[in-house]
Amino acid sequence: MIFSYEILLLLLVLVTAVSAIMVKDLMSSVLLLGSYSFFLALAWACLGAVDVAFVEAVVGAGLATVLFLLTLFGTDPKDTQFRRPPRSLVKLIVFPLLGVLLLYAASDLPGFGDPSSPASVHISPTYLEQSYKDTLTPNVVTSVLMDYRSLDTMVETVVIFSAGIACALLLRRHT
Amino acid sequence: MIRPHDSIIVQTLGRFLIPVVQIFGLYVLFFGQYGPGGGFVGGVILGTSMILSVLIFGHDASRSQLAKKVLHGDGVGMLVYAGVGGLCMIGGGEFLNYANLEIPGLEAASRRSLGIVLTQIGVALDVAVTAVSIVFSLSTEEIIEESING
Repeated sequence: MIFSYEILLLLLVLVTAVSAIMVKDLMSSVLLLGSYSFFLALAWACLGAVDVAFVEAVVGAGLATVLFLLTLFGTDPKDTQFRRPPRSLVKLIVFPLLGVLLLYAASDLPGFGDPSSPASVHISPTYLEQSYKDTLTPNVVTSVLMDYRSLDTMVETVVIFSAGIACALLLRRHT
Repeated sequence: MIRPHDSIIVQTLGRFLIPVVQIFGLYVLFFGQYGPGGGFVGGVILGTSMILSVLIFGHDASRSQLAKKVLHGDGVGMLVYAGVGGLCMIGGGEFLNYANLEIPGLEAASRRSLGIVLTQIGVALDVAVTAVSIVFSLSTEEIIEESING
């Protein structure tokens, strides 16, 4: 079967995601979240989105885990204990209904790699055909991110920069 | 404040791994035009190598001085990125239109390729500095003492 790897990965992603929520200890929750990111990265790589997989593996499984762990070490154990709210009837009804609705809507999505889907007929062919001639960059993802959509990437960089500034302002207290 | 790790295995492995991680980060950064990777991922890997040295050798070790010095470069990455855009405007084009970079002897396509490299270096600097800065913010002694005492 062609999709057996995908099904296995999807199961692992589901198991790690659910157990990251259900587990009692926050430390194991953080580690499960890291492994969840890693399996998600493998799923991206299986689907052919290698750049996204790279970012997911490096940031989700690597950096975010370290930041979560440092945050946990900086907190008191009694602050990180939490009690779960009781299960309410509304949640039990609404969320399965939402899932069924999403699955029903997903049947209308275009197939995987469909050449006539809206996403691949608008401007993607132009990028795929022109990008090497325009920018001498074989990786189309990089040339779209850094050249055609450079202003967006610059503002993303501003977002990261301001996140670092905000962390420093909120957390660093020099007396 | 992070103190140096006691285990000799961790220290030896760190001494070996940190240069490897840095070389790999540079490779990902400059190979982003030919394969997966790019400025963001390369910057995160470079930042992670410095975070690793802080976690293993502590805040005050000589190996962590690089991470401390990097903190002064807050905003240099943004400056590089926006500066390339400004140079394009000086060259007579739109903001961030790399074909207008004033470099003699290069075709428009090569100029755009060069512009991509420069802006990727900017993104990588910014992301690496931000990652190290957040780790330093999270691990200062004041916070930990405050949360224990009150």
